[in-house]
Amino acid sequence: MKNKGLTKVDLIFETVDVRKVMKKAFEMTSDEIIQQVLESGLKGRGGAGFPTGLKWKYTAAEKDPDKYIVCNADEGEPGTFKDREILDKVAPKVYAGMAIAGKAMGARKGFIYLRGEYRFLLPQLFVELHKFHKMIAEIGYDFNIEYRMGSGAYICGEESALFESIEGRRGEPRNKPPYPTTSGLFSKPTSINNVETLVTAMMIIEKGPLEYVKLGTKDSRGSKVFSISGDTPVPGIFELELGMTVQQFVNEFGDGDTKAVQVGGASGFCVPRKKFADTIIGFEGVPTGGSMKLFNSSRSMYNVLHNYIDFFAEESCGQCTPCRVGCQQLLKGIEKVKKGEAKSTYLNELVKLADTMKVASKCGLGQSVGNAFKSIVENFREEVIY
Amino acid sequence: MYQTGNLVKDLAEKHGRRRESLMPILQDIVKKHNYLTDDVMVAVATELDISAAEVYGTASFYTFLDTEERGKNVIRVCKTITCSMKGKNDIIATIEDMLKIRVGETTPDKMFTLLETNCIGWCHKAPAILINDMPYTDLTPETVIDVIKGYMR
Repeated sequence: MKNKGLTKVDLIFETVDVRKVMKKAFEMTSDEIIQQVLESGLKGRGGAGFPTGLKWKYTAAEKDPDKYIVCNADEGEPGTFKDREILDKVAPKVYAGMAIAGKAMGARKGFIYLRGEYRFLLPQLFVELHKFHKMIAEIGYDFNIEYRMGSGAYICGEESALFESIEGRRGEPRNKPPYPTTSGLFSKPTSINNVETLVTAMMIIEKGPLEYVKLGTKDSRGSKVFSISGDTPVPGIFELELGMTVQQFVNEFGDGDTKAVQVGGASGFCVPRKKFADTIIGFEGVPTGGSMKLFNSSRSMYNVLHNYIDFFAEESCGQCTPCRVGCQQLLKGIEKVKKGEAKSTYLNELVKLADTMKVASKCGLGQSVGNAFKSIVENFREEVIY
Repeated sequence: MYQTGNLVKDLAEKHGRRRESLMPILQDIVKKHNYLTDDVMVAVATELDISAAEVYGTASFYTFLDTEERGKNVIRVCKTITCSMKGKNDIIATIEDMLKIRVGETTPDKMFTLLETNCIGWCHKAPAILINDMPYTDLTPETVIDVIKGYMR
């Protein structure tokens, strides 16, 4: 299998003249901006991986004079902390990404939904925002950004739950369709993008798509900021070119005794040692919003699984039955098997339940509980039972 | 219990009286008083002209919009996997021993409430806690004592 190896990149945190990029974007037409983002192959960096250019194109095509660009900074996936670092270090680049998206789609208003856990960042972010508003006004942009805060609900990272929250309601996901590009925040056409996606789009405008596509693979263009934690001597935030295998990743970041890597957080997949060499980190293999957790042989994968399912049982919004009841039953189920109150074959029933949740749950939360559940149960069955 | 005086009215002036003003208003009340009383939720409902059930329904959805009494300083210890692997239980035991309360409880002088919370985004510097809005990371049982002492003054 062809892969790119592990290469460190500096795109997101690179110092650029934001004013210059804004001027460049201001002189481009809406179509030109969208075309460049489309050509770059950029996919959403929050985890779901929807092509960013398409999202902007669909929103731009809507006739409604009121449109919104929303920056999703409700970074709640266990093991993800890169968006905090991006906002902390290069907030003006995030604002610029929003203004460029606004220009591309004909939106004059942007909201940043920041998780409550990051409230301590606000004073500095406001200072930067004030400077940014002044700067773009001088160039001639009619664009304004406001912050909205979360209050400790993981589900509000789901786009429609996030809109509900901004609108002052419980963060319960909506039915789709309609999709946000036609009816999003305040029922207006909305493009909602992750913090890193917006910065990447801004850098694509700065460098041009041809430069950007040199990085990554056909299915996973560019680079990605990874949040690395767990059993590693070098926990932290690293920007890497996409297309490496888990083995190459472990060679660089493991502690020499890595038995599993959880790619994509609690809603992602567990890759066991025997599959490291054959698994590519990216959309052709295991996709990730950036969360990479390494576990060495001293860790019980039952504890890892229990921690994840407990997380979902608490964070499920409770609106739809498959997710609400499913999370609780998965949790009770693995506890029963562990205590010997249920036979080990009961795990097969639980896997079926996880499959049902994937099909029947309303949003991405319930649909992805089965990812971690199945990949841990299938690869570490003995640890879950005994 | 606390008296709010003109707080709700002032916040409605600041954030507006539309439905989308609700979260910022509730968040500002919690910032000041750490939790929401029944009285304050009714006052918000009256000010925004919506049902009190809507206000309670919204508030009770969000972990950080507490509807139970909380101390002046709310300590939230991250319990998600990396913090859990890196000694979260020792941190909790130390705080419990120091403040003589268990997780979920508030000290009799209403100075501290101890809670567990889900991932707060500091996995690379685990174990981590939030005290009110401030994160403290790379904690050990020794350093967490100093951190909490800083809030006792």
